[in-house]
Amino acid sequence: MSAQSYPNRWKRPPVLLTNPFWRRMIYAGALVYLALALQSVEIDWHRVWLGLDRGWKFVEGFLLPDFTTRWRDIREGLVESLTMTVTSTVAGILVSVPIGIGAARNLAPAPVYLLCRGIITLSRSFQEVIIAILLVAMFGFGPFAGFLTLSFATIGFLSKLLAEDIEECDRSQIEAIRATGAGWWQVVNYAVQPQVMPRLVGLSLYRLDINFRESAVIGIVGAGGIGATLNTAIDRYEYDSAGAILIIIIAIVLVVEYSSSWIRRWVQ
Amino acid sequence: MDSQVGTMTSTSTPVWHYRTPKQALLRWLGWFSLVALTVFSWQLMNENTIWAFVSDAPDQAADIGERMFPPAWGYTGQLWEPLWDTINIATLGTLLGVLFAVPVAFLAASNTTPSTRFVRPLALLIIVASRSINSLIWALLLVAIIGPGLLAGIIAIGLRSIGFVAKLLYEAIEEIDTSQVEAVRATGASGAQVIDYAIVPQILPAFWGISVFRWDINIRESTILGLVGAGGLGIQLNASLATLAWNQVAMIFVVILFTVVVSEWVSAKVRQAVI
Repeated sequence: MSAQSYPNRWKRPPVLLTNPFWRRMIYAGALVYLALALQSVEIDWHRVWLGLDRGWKFVEGFLLPDFTTRWRDIREGLVESLTMTVTSTVAGILVSVPIGIGAARNLAPAPVYLLCRGIITLSRSFQEVIIAILLVAMFGFGPFAGFLTLSFATIGFLSKLLAEDIEECDRSQIEAIRATGAGWWQVVNYAVQPQVMPRLVGLSLYRLDINFRESAVIGIVGAGGIGATLNTAIDRYEYDSAGAILIIIIAIVLVVEYSSSWIRRWVQ
Repeated sequence: MDSQVGTMTSTSTPVWHYRTPKQALLRWLGWFSLVALTVFSWQLMNENTIWAFVSDAPDQAADIGERMFPPAWGYTGQLWEPLWDTINIATLGTLLGVLFAVPVAFLAASNTTPSTRFVRPLALLIIVASRSINSLIWALLLVAIIGPGLLAGIIAIGLRSIGFVAKLLYEAIEEIDTSQVEAVRATGASGAQVIDYAIVPQILPAFWGISVFRWDINIRESTILGLVGAGGLGIQLNASLATLAWNQVAMIFVVILFTVVVSEWVSAKVRQAVI
């Protein structure tokens, strides 16, 4: 009798959602949503079937890329993208360092803090492409609008992470420098800057990588760069040129990623 | 005489410097080349810039701002359906991406991959290729291949998500506690059972956190996919931009901002609950 009261099979308890009622509710809700969402997707299978041919052509273009026919356009787009990336990252860092210091609660007074946090939120809420649309309308087509877009987007990213890093600083070092009679500026220079510098370098390099990838996109809405060339190539159904451009983008991203991890190791 | 003594002492006693001359020179060279590169890039970039267009930007900005306000509140009625589409693109796209990302992550993690020489580089290549190409570019390609509509958007979001989710997930798999794996293996568990009982429970919180984080990003990205014809709010945005209806554009921006704020709140709540 007593042997039977021991369970002879073990059932694994769930890791998440331990309450069975809520677990079932969430599963049921997910199923209902999935059914509704899948219903709203209208698929024209005939069109997909026709497109498969074109898809195969793209795969062929990717495997046998054509670098030569449109090389002048590709080079122009690349030069625009790369120069845009460098200038916007540098400009973005220059602006985001003061904003990042202003958005750190342990360094800035309340009004400055709120203002800087407001700028960061504004910059982070909109996609680069949306900002690019507005700036192209204001500044005209070309890489200058792209430069402004990427700089603006860099501010939101870098200032936020820099501010968080400053807030996590070791307080004892700040107190020690302050105890020597240092002013606010000297505290920033001698206590905060050495602590956040390695991370700032790492974040800047990461943003350089992101800015290059974004520079390939904002060209689609007219902000210059390799994206415009890619858009034209796809519009002309020149999938071999498009494949070449995509391969160049992937290669540059790889080079930037590897070299930035190398530089980070060297700096830290 | 005095000055001579002064120079004597300054040369004989070593003076402490923060950096050796070589370090200082290297640093100076580094900064110099950075500035030179920036100036050079600036010159090259602005070769074709028409400064007249740039200088009248404040007027343009004032003009557009004037046309944007007040936003066309009545236009909201036409935005509900595209908004639903946008959310569906993001959610279904995330699901699709996660579905493919999980096996790729297990193949890419150095402690679970079947072969470090052949399979792992392939999985890493998939991750890099997916990560380097923005979802808007994937959408551009897919709209050309399978036609405009939600499906192109979903696949574009899915393809972009594979790399992101797989990268973060394989890093989580590589950081697991190996003693649990050994303990489960010691009971005689097979490879699949080791993954199921020793690895999955350890990475499950990270998995949900990563997926919800990516979903949040995907909501932002899917708002603009319509610009190239892949469905959602972007189609309305494109139409309003084409007709220069700036007050409708402003209304769409308000809806996008609201959606982004809500999705960020949801993802923050879920991540708090999970991790």
